Amino acid sequence: MKAFKRSLLALTIAGAFAAGAAHAQISDNIIKIGVLSDMSSLYTDLAGAGSVVAAHMAVEDSGIEKRGFKIEYVSADHQNKPDVGSAIARQWYDTDKVDVIVDVPNSGVALAVNQITKDKNKVFLASGPASSDLTGKACTPNTVHWTYDTWMLANGTGSAIVKSGGDTWFFITADYAFGHALERDTSAVVTKNGGKVLGAVKVPLNTQDFSSFLLQAQASKAKIVGLANAGGDTTNSIKQAAEFGIVKGGQNLAGLLVFITDVHALGLQNAQGLIITNTFYWDQNDQTREFSKRFAERDKGIHPTMVHAGVYAAVRHYLKAVEALKSDDGAKVVAKMKEMPTDDPLFGKGTIRVDGRKIHPAYLVEVKKPSESKGPWDYYKVRATIPADQAFRPLNEGGCPLVK
Amino acid sequence: MQALFGQLLIGLINGAFYAMLSLGLAVIFGLLNIINFTHGAQYMMGAFCAWFLLNKAVIGGTGIGYWPALIIAPIAVGAFGMLIERTMLARLYKLDHLYGLLLTFGLALVIQGVFRNEFGSSGLPYQIPSALQGGVNLGFMFLPIYRGWVIVASLIVCLTTWYVIERTKLGSYLRAATENPALVQAFGVNVPRMITLTFGFGVGLAALAGVMAAPIYQVNPLMGADLIIVVFAVVVIGGMGSIMGAILTGFGLGVVEGLTKYFYPEASNTVIFVIMVIVLMIKPAGLFGRER
Repeated sequence: MKAFKRSLLALTIAGAFAAGAAHAQISDNIIKIGVLSDMSSLYTDLAGAGSVVAAHMAVEDSGIEKRGFKIEYVSADHQNKPDVGSAIARQWYDTDKVDVIVDVPNSGVALAVNQITKDKNKVFLASGPASSDLTGKACTPNTVHWTYDTWMLANGTGSAIVKSGGDTWFFITADYAFGHALERDTSAVVTKNGGKVLGAVKVPLNTQDFSSFLLQAQASKAKIVGLANAGGDTTNSIKQAAEFGIVKGGQNLAGLLVFITDVHALGLQNAQGLIITNTFYWDQNDQTREFSKRFAERDKGIHPTMVHAGVYAAVRHYLKAVEALKSDDGAKVVAKMKEMPTDDPLFGKGTIRVDGRKIHPAYLVEVKKPSESKGPWDYYKVRATIPADQAFRPLNEGGCPLVK
Repeated sequence: MQALFGQLLIGLINGAFYAMLSLGLAVIFGLLNIINFTHGAQYMMGAFCAWFLLNKAVIGGTGIGYWPALIIAPIAVGAFGMLIERTMLARLYKLDHLYGLLLTFGLALVIQGVFRNEFGSSGLPYQIPSALQGGVNLGFMFLPIYRGWVIVASLIVCLTTWYVIERTKLGSYLRAATENPALVQAFGVNVPRMITLTFGFGVGLAALAGVMAAPIYQVNPLMGADLIIVVFAVVVIGGMGSIMGAILTGFGLGVVEGLTKYFYPEASNTVIFVIMVIVLMIKPAGLFGRER
């Protein structure tokens, strides 16, 4: 009996130690990164396979594997459907031991993944989605919203255009979470600066023909036609706007979210003169050029979009936090990420706010004329830099419950 | 009221594409009993063919432009279709329709996948030919000349096809071969060759629509993927196999969709399917179809 008691005690103590030891460790000794993206539809080029490449490059450049950490990757296609994305996220967290999900370029899917990540206490590095709700009313202690958001786009492009005289607006809006958020945030900026919103039309995602909507925009007589859409929807609407003589008729287009891959697809002939807000341009400095050259070699010549850059920088910062903490506990890692200042070759020095918003400068760029461009991918000239402290929504205005 | 006229015209333009695509499907289904799910991919290949001709087949500094592409692309893609018909589809004629459907559906996914892998999803630019640039102000709307051309060209193509199949001797052979291939063969008509050529013609129509779409939409590997579903709905509403039915419903549904885009845009990508459900409930053979 005594012997039994003693061994029971020993077992208990051993168990306690084991539990304690496991607590300060990486679960199953592997950091598993899940890249959840649009791999087959309209956002594929701006994120997609390139985001997988960016995640790999981040791990390689961090050198973390040489220091004894094991990294694994998975990737999947969310097909722009929140139900598909949620099912993948659940399976990754529950059975595939994924520790962190990155990218997710679709606000609808991202808002679903955001909630699941919180429930499972993992980490969500939102480098792809736009909705500012991710750091507003939907903020969680497990999500970092890295690259850009609808408030930033609205504030950058919207206020620049209103200030230069474009004070009446008509929106062509993608009919889901992202488009709604972008329209809402831009309308707020327009009215705040003394402009007026004359109307809006909500268009199903992935529409081919925008002529009906452009006709409505024309009839509204608004000075600015704001395109609150992205990817293939934006390129099709810009191309058809040229056809219907929107700009020749005295109206101007505002592409509220245009990626460099969209400009590439449109060609400068169609895209010239567009004013765009961005947080990353590959041709900014030696470091971004060096990264972009390596990236393009691995992604069929595509130069990195700000989403690709966001994946890279967010993963690097995440790995730093995991290494410092020696743990992959979701909320703790994100807390550590917020505590440590960020520093990476693509976005420079920055911080992550308590609501999960990554803070860095934004750039107002203009698309070059064909004559000004030296060749493919030489597309932007920077018109203004919006300093980091002004680029994003003030902390107290988002309605995030984490902000006290 | 002015806005309404504009929307009607826009609807007709989109209807022109529906009509041309559903015509090809109706010809292939009506005469050959093949449910051709690669139709959308072949439409996309037509557009890509135009892009290739302009950008890769460069002779003396300039590529082969839009006008020659209107003829070359349908022939090239039609030949590809005939190759598929000879090597794959011909083996399935004795089996249920479903096998043909599965084969063509799988092929469509493969073709689109290959193009997406090679060219990405953002698409490639293709400019409107210089002769058709600009537009005219009709008073109630600004009509780009190119869109006007699309309506006219599509009407000519559709009506010619209808005339050839329904009113000429060649068309009567075709229709007879559908009813009773053995008898027609006994009269000395080479039925398998006729079937191959008809399939090639239907595919060529899809490619022609693709070339005409290239300057309006981005030349995109996925441009046919969603369209094919809508076009199938058009064929089902018009009545499987009815040539005139496909043409009329194509234009008609384009107009209905255009009006939806004006009155309730959120429903514009579902309205055609709602109509399909209603038509199937009231007239299962479609508006112009015959019960078999």
